[in-house]
Order: sequence, then structure tokens, then C-alpha cells
Amino acid sequence: MWTRLRQTIARLHAFFRTSDLDRDFDTEFQSHAALLVEDHMRRGMNAEQAERAARLELGGLTQIREAHREVRGVPFLDTLFQDLRYTFRTLRRDASFTTFAILIVGLGIGASSTIFSVVNALLIRPLPFRDPGRLVWIANSGGENDLSGQTVTVGSFLDLRAQTKSFSDIAAYYAFYGVGDKKLTGDAEPERLTGVPVSQNFFPLLGVQPQLGRSFTTEECQGNHPVVLLSAGFWKRHFASDPGIVGRKLTLNDRSATVIGVMPSSFDFASVFAPGTRIDLFLPLPLTPEVDREGNDLSMVGRLRPGATVRQAQAEAAVLSEPIRVKHNRDELRFTLSPLEEHVSGRLRPALAVLACAVGVVMLIVCANLSNLQLARTAGRQKETAIRVALGAGRGRLIRQMPTESLVLSCCAAALGLVLAIAGTRVLARLDAISLPLRESVHVDPAALAFTLLTALLAGLVFGLVPALQVRAGAVHDSLKDASRGSSEGMRRHWIRATLVVSEIAFACVLLVGAGLLIRSFLRVLDVNLGFRPERAAALRVDPGSQYNTRAKRVAYFEEMLRRVKSVPGIEAAGLTDVLPLGHNRSWSAGAKDQVYSRSHPPPDAFVRIVSDGYLKAMGVPLRAGRDLTEHDNASSKPVILINETLARALWPGRNAVGQIVQYTDVDRQVVGVVEDVRHLALEQGSGCEMYLPIRQTDDYSSVDLVVRTAMPLSALASAVRGALRPIEPSLPANEFRTLQELVDRAISPRRFVVMLLAGFSVFALVLASLGIYGLISYSVTQRTQEIGIRMALGASAGDMQSRVVLQALRLAALGTLIGIAASWILARALSGLLFGVSSTDPATFLGTLIILTVVAAFAGYLPARRASRIDPMMALRSN
Amino acid sequence: MAETKSDILQGTLDLMVLKTLDAMGPLHGYGIARRIEQLSEDAVLVNQGTIYLCLVRLVQKGWIKAEWGTSENNRKAKFYSISKAGRKQLAAEAANWARVSGVIGRLLQLSAQR
Repeated sequence: MWTRLRQTIARLHAFFRTSDLDRDFDTEFQSHAALLVEDHMRRGMNAEQAERAARLELGGLTQIREAHREVRGVPFLDTLFQDLRYTFRTLRRDASFTTFAILIVGLGIGASSTIFSVVNALLIRPLPFRDPGRLVWIANSGGENDLSGQTVTVGSFLDLRAQTKSFSDIAAYYAFYGVGDKKLTGDAEPERLTGVPVSQNFFPLLGVQPQLGRSFTTEECQGNHPVVLLSAGFWKRHFASDPGIVGRKLTLNDRSATVIGVMPSSFDFASVFAPGTRIDLFLPLPLTPEVDREGNDLSMVGRLRPGATVRQAQAEAAVLSEPIRVKHNRDELRFTLSPLEEHVSGRLRPALAVLACAVGVVMLIVCANLSNLQLARTAGRQKETAIRVALGAGRGRLIRQMPTESLVLSCCAAALGLVLAIAGTRVLARLDAISLPLRESVHVDPAALAFTLLTALLAGLVFGLVPALQVRAGAVHDSLKDASRGSSEGMRRHWIRATLVVSEIAFACVLLVGAGLLIRSFLRVLDVNLGFRPERAAALRVDPGSQYNTRAKRVAYFEEMLRRVKSVPGIEAAGLTDVLPLGHNRSWSAGAKDQVYSRSHPPPDAFVRIVSDGYLKAMGVPLRAGRDLTEHDNASSKPVILINETLARALWPGRNAVGQIVQYTDVDRQVVGVVEDVRHLALEQGSGCEMYLPIRQTDDYSSVDLVVRTAMPLSALASAVRGALRPIEPSLPANEFRTLQELVDRAISPRRFVVMLLAGFSVFALVLASLGIYGLISYSVTQRTQEIGIRMALGASAGDMQSRVVLQALRLAALGTLIGIAASWILARALSGLLFGVSSTDPATFLGTLIILTVVAAFAGYLPARRASRIDPMMALRSN
Repeated sequence: MAETKSDILQGTLDLMVLKTLDAMGPLHGYGIARRIEQLSEDAVLVNQGTIYLCLVRLVQKGWIKAEWGTSENNRKAKFYSISKAGRKQLAAEAANWARVSGVIGRLLQLSAQR
């Protein structure tokens, strides 16, 4: 054991001191020789004879030295290093090839590692909570899309928590927290913050500890205790990570609140539960009857008891839900459970799978391309090979050379790819405009590193293998035959290279079809009639302060605000709303007065917006019938309502809705106008029923946004509006204007993300495939210079030669495209979940791909064709 | 190089070197080669240079030690001496050798009797 270890260490040591030890050995050997010579001379030989005898007896210095090296060192490493040195020399000599190879493989590996990092963060790595596998998202499946339908009341939550046996605990957060609900005033510029009220057990259930201070106490979560926890991001941004922050008092919405702690940076509420937003504060969520009366507003997360499964929990929840529904007199209550991880990133799984496959295909194309180049190089290196064989290089050594070169290339490329991946993930993690869950946690971690290394090794092996096999098959005879004057390239080698190019084209075709389908879907989404015009419109949060404590005061405040804003030159229209499109949603049931509803025939649920007059104009929502709201629709006038076309059709099919009565629990409202449907949920989803209540006739709103329509740039608009509002609102937060276009962009950002990446991949693939065609055709033109010369000498015109070569390229492209189109036809079905308004067999996409590939192939063939047509027959025949 | 000879006797060569050094004290490569040639009647070493392959292996295993010194003819030469571990190894090898040769010897006698 010890001896073995000692020997290994000594051998490794010897390996690194080769020249020292060689010198030692030479000295030793020479004194041995001298002793031997002296001995022989003593026995009567003359000097010359003695030396000859000694050399015979002792053996040759060089051979023994070699053997000595082998015995004391690590022969395997020795040859490896020799091969590597040789490889580096060869690659340096062939600098343009090396640069190109490292570049394309580097790009491929960079793309793969970046995508892997995203997939790793979203699908593989567990959520940053304690034992995340046991966390379950508990939704109410009452409504399909709107938040009201997915959430539950305080009462239902408390009952479920008390009665469940499957969960060790269930926590909740207030799902209707408003973005920018909390206005921070005090020493600095006023700022709007977003705070999430959470139940007392929320953090303990997730297993998250504040990094500073403490979590909420039970008492704080019972009444209205003014305490807050800060998110790590907000603490860093606003307080420069001040360690003495605990105990400080902040002024939030004109009320003082004490900071009791700071959450760790590893806990990012927004990236898990509300991708694309920013959470600054956490507040205690009082589970009181007042909150209960607000209706469905809690989102729940449960932790399964050890041994319990989601399935059991689901069965139990199904049994519990009906009694709870009856007890609390809710219309809809059906607890629907899903593992939290699935809830967070499950929807992205298909898109990520597509990206992962795409990047894999890109890597295959890269490998095919490099294989091809290596093949061309082996063909060009036959002389070198022949010399090596003549010098006694074994076949194994020759075969090994290609994979060694490929591995060296791919490892260099991996270094480049790693740099690209690190840069790529960094950019991605900072791109706030993309609302991907867990986006901030995308980075190159050890798993990604291992993946990169593995990809590099695999790629190196794959693109080194074909040329290596070629060495075996080609051997020396073929090379002699092929190299003889005037003959064309060996059929076999040409066949392999053509196959590689065809497969490149086929792969590129698949990517192009996929990207094409998604791009067309994306364009369709952009083309969707939103129901409002986002261009030239901007919104600003203008919640009335706490001093406006009655409806009359608030209405006066709103009127004054609208009057002032409208007087700003350049502002065409202005209005107020409680929710902007593509944000939060709530729905109430809205029935027609003349209808009788029951549980089996419920009134439709409609999304609610509380708006002021001018809102429709500011948003650009077209009025279809009746009239807009006016400033006279106030508390003292008749209650009125605007509804959208879908609701109008649902309540009074085939009849004029204007003048009809919508009935609520409390009050009847007369429909005064019908407006166009607005896509409030997502661009891809239909609108559903919608209704607009006048802000002067209700108090049921928690935030107010001012929407203005103007041609002014955002910066000028902000200062103009701030100036106009200063007399009534001196502490208006700075830079809070959002254009509606931003809202739309954010809503489509995940789709844009996938489309851009896929488009990038397919362009890369197209470039590689065209290079493949170009390389092959160009090489064959070079090889056939003499043949072409003969043909031209015999009377073939330049045009003939040109079309022959282009046709050769087109034949390859046609074959590749045919295979690619057939494969895409089948594979595109897997995309159907990601498509919008386009079928997976969209003829335009397939035709477009066909045209693009043909044009690119023709062009890639044209360049060598032009060269072929310019061959001077005399020169061609005389050369070589 | 006729490797078969030294391959077969490689283990034996190790044992011979160890025993030589044990018996004669520090020696340089030439001395060891000479000694082994005399004893084995040129059956082991194809050429004397190969002794160094054995020596470097034994040094790496820690069974012998090497030190620079001056040879009889006033040249720089490496002198090898057996180490403690080498003595142990020698004893073990010798015992093993005796046992094996005993077994083989008896076996050969057996077949001769028949």
C-alpha cells in the first residue's frame, strides 16, 4: 500500500523533473561507461577496443535513457503531453481554422450553458426554502384567471388550517397587495413601495429567517400593529445595507411604522410568487373579521406533514371544501393543490424544453460543421501523416491525434463558452423587463460548470470521432491514391462530408421552422386588438392621502387633479382607474335585474374597474353604444355602470344593453354605455366580462392610477404633471410614470424571451449550415480544378460550370431541407402549446423556411461556382 | 531489446540487487552490475544499462537509497545502499523465494521419480 503510494508520488514527481533526472542519469551512465572502459583496458585492450566493448556491454545511452524515463515517470502522461504539444503547434500553424473552430464551438457551448443555467434555476434547482418538496400551493379554482377566483377568504383559510390533517401548517399572504401601495415619505424623495401582508407563520413555514432582527409575532398579526420587515433588495437600495436599521421608524402612507427586521437576500418573494415585480416590504396580515369581509383575497401555501402526499392532501381538501363553502356562504370554493415548484415554473416547462432542444440541435450542427472541417483538414494533411508514418508513428498514435486536437479545441471553446455563459446569465438576471420566475437566481453554478465541461468533452469526442475513423479507414493507401495527380476526391470521404452537410441543413431547417412558428405567433400576439391603445399613454399612481378621509373630500381631490392635469398643454385626455390592464384583477358577480339566478344558474362574474370620466378617452377604449361617464355621475345622481360587449351579450343576448339594469348585492345600476372588450389578463387571452363603475359613486378601491394620453416624452410629461399637481400633492413620488406600452411589453416578455433566443439560435444554425455548404462545395471545386479545366478545354462554357456547381449545392440543400421539413412537420406539434393564432403546420412558415434555405444554399454555392467558372484551363492543366 | 529475459527475471533482479546491497554495503551501479553478472553468469542482464531501470524503481519504492559519491576512478557516481524497508522486503522476498523454490523442487523430484 505505502510502497505503491510512494512510487506513484515519486513517478509523478519524476515526470515534472524530466530534464534534471535525465542529466543525473547521463552522469551516472557516463561514469559507469568510464569504469567499464578502464576495466577492459586493465585486461589488455587498447582504448578503442575497450570503448567499443563497453558500449556493447552497456547498451545505447538513448535507448536506456528512454526506458529509464518510462520506468521512473508516467509514460502515458509523457505521450499525452507530446501529443498536446504537437496539437498546439499544429493549431497555431492553422490559426484561421483554430479561431473559427473555437468561435463557433464557444458560441454553441456558451448558448448551451446559458440555457442550462436557466433550466437549472427554474426546473432543477429546488426553491430557496427549507425542504421545498413538501410545499404545496393551495388555490381556489373558482375562477379560471382572475385573482378573486383563485384566492380564499380569511374565514375559509382559518377553517382549512384548523381542519386539515395532511398539512403540518398552512400560511397565507394577501394576494391583493397593490404594487406601490405604500408611499414612503420622510427625509428623502418620496417613494412608492410595494408591501405584502403575510400571515404570522408565513416565514417559519417556508423556513426563512430574517438576516437581521426578527419575524412577526402572533400579537402583531392580530391587530393593526405598525411594524414592517424589509426585503434585502430594498434594504440595500434605500438604506445602503445599514446594519442599525432595526428599530428605525419609517413613515408609510403618513403613518409611522417600525422596522423589526430584514429578510435575507436569498429570499426573493417576488421572483417566486410574483415574477417581474419588486417587493420592498412585508407587513403583518391581520386575520380579522374586517379582512374576512373583503372577500377572496388570500393566497395559501401549505407544508405537507411527513408521509402525506399531494394526492392525499387534495382528496382531503376536496372533502373539506364543501362544508367550509356553506359555512361562509361563498359561491365557489374548491381547493386545488399543486406542488409549489410546479406552480412557480410549471407553465414555463414547455418553453424551456423547446429552448433546451433547440440549443442541443445547435450543438449538433456545430459538431457536424467541425467534423466536416476536420475531415477537410485530414485530407489536406496526408503528407504530414505520411511523414509521421514513415518516422514510425503507430496507427494508434495517429488515430489519437484527431480526438486530441478536437478535445483541445473544445476545451478552449469551453473557456470561451463559460465566459459567454457567465455574461449571458448576468445580463439575464438583471433584465428586469423579463418577467420570468426565479430570474434573479439564474447564474453559472457548479452544476452549470460541470455541464459546460461535459458538453465540451462530448462535443470534442463527437466532432473528433468521424475524422479519427477516417484515419483508420483511409490509412495510407487511400491517401496515396487520392493524392495522385488529376484524380478527384475519394467517393467515400465525399459521401461522409455530404452526409454531414445534409444533416446540418436538416437541423437548421427544424430550428428555422420552430423559430418561424414562434415568431409568427409573437407577431400575432402583438397584433391582437387589446381594446385600448397603449401607445402615447402613460399612468401615474395618485392614491389620495389619508387626509382625504371622506368620499366627498376624495372626489373633490380627484376633480381638482383632473382639472389641473387636463390644463397642462399637450395632454389630450386624462382619467382615473383603480387597476391598469395586465395587472391584478378582481371580479364580482353581476346579474341582470330581470333575471332570476340560482346556484345552478349563477350570474356571470365580471372584472371590476373603478374609473372616472375621461378614462375611456385616455386609455383609448372605444365606446360602442350609449355614452361615456361624466362628472355628473356622482353620489347624488342615479347609480350607473359601463359594461363591455361580452357582458352585454351575456346578460342581454340580442338586445340593446343600454338602459338595462345590472343588479348587485347592494345597489342597482343602470347601463349607460357599452365599450369594447379590453384584454386585461394577458394578450393571448380573451377578455371575459368587464364592467366600469364611476369612482364618484363607490369607495371600493384601494389604489388610484392617473392615465393620461399625450404625445409628450415621458420626462417632459413627468415634470409637467408634477408641476401642475404640486399645489394639491406636494409629495408626488418622482419618476413614477409608466407608459402603457411598458405594461404590454412586460406582459409579453416571456414570449419575447423565448422567441429572441430561438431566433438567435436558428440564425446561428443557418450561418453554420451555409458555411458547411460553402466549405464542401468550395473544397470540391479546389479538388476538381483539373477536371474543370479539362471540361472547359473541351468546350464547356463558364456558365455551364457555374450552374453545375450551384446545382451541386442546391441538391444538398434540397435533400437536407426535405428531411428537415419532414422532421419539423412531426416535431412542430410539440410546439402547439406555445403557439398563438398559428397552426403547427402553418404553410407560410414552412414555405418561408424552404425559400430561406434555398436562397442561402444557392448563395453558398454561387461563391465557389464563380471561382470554378474563372478557372483558366491552361493554368489548371499545367499546375500540380 | 530482448525483453523476455529481463521480463521473466524482473522480480528476481530486484531480489538480487537487494541482496547484493545487503551483503556488500553501498555500491554504485557498475559494482552492482558486475556482481550480478558474476553470480548469474550473464543470464540476467542483457546489457548493463538495464540495471538502472531496476535501481530507479527500487529507489522510488523506497527500498534502496541513492547518494552521490566519488568512484574509484574519481568520477561522480551514485552509490546505492539498502534501506530499512528494503531489508524487510528482502526478508519477505527471500522467505517467499525459499518457499516457492522448495515447492518447485519437491514437485520436480516427484515427477522425476515416476
